Amino acid sequence: MSTQELSKRGAVWLDALTYSAPLQAGYPPSVRVVDARLGEHPARFIAVVPDPDNAFPRARSGEVGLIEGWEIARAVREVIDADAGREDHDKRAIVAVIDVASQAYGRREEAYGIHQALAGAADAYASARLAGHPVIGLIVGRAMSGAFLAHGYQANRLIALADSQVMVHAMGKESAARVTLRSVADLEAFTARVPPMAYDIDNYASLGLLWKLLSVRNADAPNGADQSAVEKALQEAFDEIRADPSRGLGSRLGSAHRASSVTVRRKLREQWR
Amino acid sequence: MDTQALLERQSFIELDARSRAKQLLDAGTFSELLDPFERVRSPWLARQGIVTQADDGTVVARGELDGQPAVVLAIDAGFQGGSMGEVSAAKIAGSLELAAEDNRNGIPMRAVILFETGGVRLQEANLGLAAIAEIHAAIVDLRRYQPVIGITAGPIGCYGGMSIAAGLCSYLIATREARLGLNGPTVIEQEAGIAEFDSRARPMIWSFTGGEQRHRTGLVDVYAADDAGAIRAAVIERFRAGRPEACRSECVAGFLQRLAEVDPEAQVTPQQAAAIYSKGFRS
Amino acid sequence: METIVLEFPAGQPAPGRALAGVVASGDLEVLLEANGSPRTVVNITTSVDGMGRVWEAVLERIFGDGTLPAAKIEINDSGATPAVVRMRIGQVLEQLATTGGA
Repeated sequence: MSTQELSKRGAVWLDALTYSAPLQAGYPPSVRVVDARLGEHPARFIAVVPDPDNAFPRARSGEVGLIEGWEIARAVREVIDADAGREDHDKRAIVAVIDVASQAYGRREEAYGIHQALAGAADAYASARLAGHPVIGLIVGRAMSGAFLAHGYQANRLIALADSQVMVHAMGKESAARVTLRSVADLEAFTARVPPMAYDIDNYASLGLLWKLLSVRNADAPNGADQSAVEKALQEAFDEIRADPSRGLGSRLGSAHRASSVTVRRKLREQWR
Repeated sequence: MDTQALLERQSFIELDARSRAKQLLDAGTFSELLDPFERVRSPWLARQGIVTQADDGTVVARGELDGQPAVVLAIDAGFQGGSMGEVSAAKIAGSLELAAEDNRNGIPMRAVILFETGGVRLQEANLGLAAIAEIHAAIVDLRRYQPVIGITAGPIGCYGGMSIAAGLCSYLIATREARLGLNGPTVIEQEAGIAEFDSRARPMIWSFTGGEQRHRTGLVDVYAADDAGAIRAAVIERFRAGRPEACRSECVAGFLQRLAEVDPEAQVTPQQAAAIYSKGFRS
Repeated sequence: METIVLEFPAGQPAPGRALAGVVASGDLEVLLEANGSPRTVVNITTSVDGMGRVWEAVLERIFGDGTLPAAKIEINDSGATPAVVRMRIGQVLEQLATTGGA
């Protein structure tokens, strides 16, 4: 079993971007929900953070587990419901502050349907987006696998920090190395040549899934300039989403590395009738 | 079941993806889009010395179901464990997107997804994962207009990011042989230890994630025999039932209520899970 | 991974297309289309290296006498035995015979 230092990035960035606004009451310690502002616009910020005292023993290191999945869904749906009768331009922004190293692995998790809990979260974010809420995903650390599918991958726009600890992938390096019978070093060398398999954020950015990749001085402890850069990017993402008539994920299809994804869609459309 | 009926029964599990799609659609209406002869393959496998399959493991079958326009997206269990690569997943997401668009233009296109998949294809990692996110988005979109029905029959079942997709469907149909779970047994054992999850303990695995238990715990809507005719009948019946009042993935308060009844310190048994979840999630 | 191309004499163009198999471990996929000239060309991509002679022998037995319809055949192989190769090619030829192709 691997032991990772519990990441504080989600909590740090949530606190910074909300100017230490108080946490919304009623949520478990692992799901931090803060109503604050994105520029002049009201926005709800959501982060999943480690809770070493989590009631579920397999979700004590920041994993997205059963409770986390459904509580993320509740936090998002509260916003959808509250703004349900409002005009499009009054639909509040939702910012997923993302540092999730994995989903929770365990017997209880499978027994009680963790796949369904993560679906609840993904559903809420997707529904918010379809209802006209600008949903932004800000990747400040790990964005892995099922955890990322639940918390952030349904965003209109994705922003990531350009930092060596920022990583998006379907399977952690240690697990992937075991599964493919390689050493971690060999895996890193091999995957560096296959862009969708690579672990570094620059290769991920080449896939065209990110709206912006931001350089910051210190991703673990952002200074004033770092924070301003991120706030500016969030604001620009918000403005672009508001101006975009599409509420889908089509903006992710621009990279040359996704040419086949575009070809498939074009051919399907040609052959559909 | 008498001998005659037993002999006439057509196993759904034994059919390949193409044949499953043909069986589900109304007779004579099957037509395949992006068929293997189009050769839209994975652009990522050859450089890794992996032989590609011409349809990349997903069959897009257009036709009619119960007289209504339909698309069946059948994942092939044989190729790379049904795993989702850039192309195989794009065929699903793209088809669901077109189906939603059809509905916005007054055409009642509905979709059935045949989940035989381990989730993301590791050899395409981030493109597989991103495409699965697009499948999720498209299911939530299309679901507003028509039920989206998922079927998992075996031999692979439904895992990984695609189990989340299954959780987003309006209705799910599963057989006894199928399993529906987020994490593969080997990965759980590696991460959590053998006492938590023994990946070789097949009865234990099915007792928690098999089709029968998932139905008992309300995570699957129809528990079907391995019979192509019965499964097609179940699909038609669910489409006729129309969209559910609330999809399972929308029942947030209900699930949180049920989970509040769980003692997380104690290890779970299938009976306990069934006792709690059988109360339902509509709060 | 290896690619092998083999050619055989053949008769009239195949009456259509046919498809059989999957690229699963121990199996192969066979795609068949008509060929205009009286030859059958087989393009093999296989995960098992060094079996060129075996492929030649197996396919020579099937196509060598030149009486089968002229076709462009694509084979994507994941370590099938000669028996499985013969089975899948047999399925594809049978499809041509019974339905006149896909």
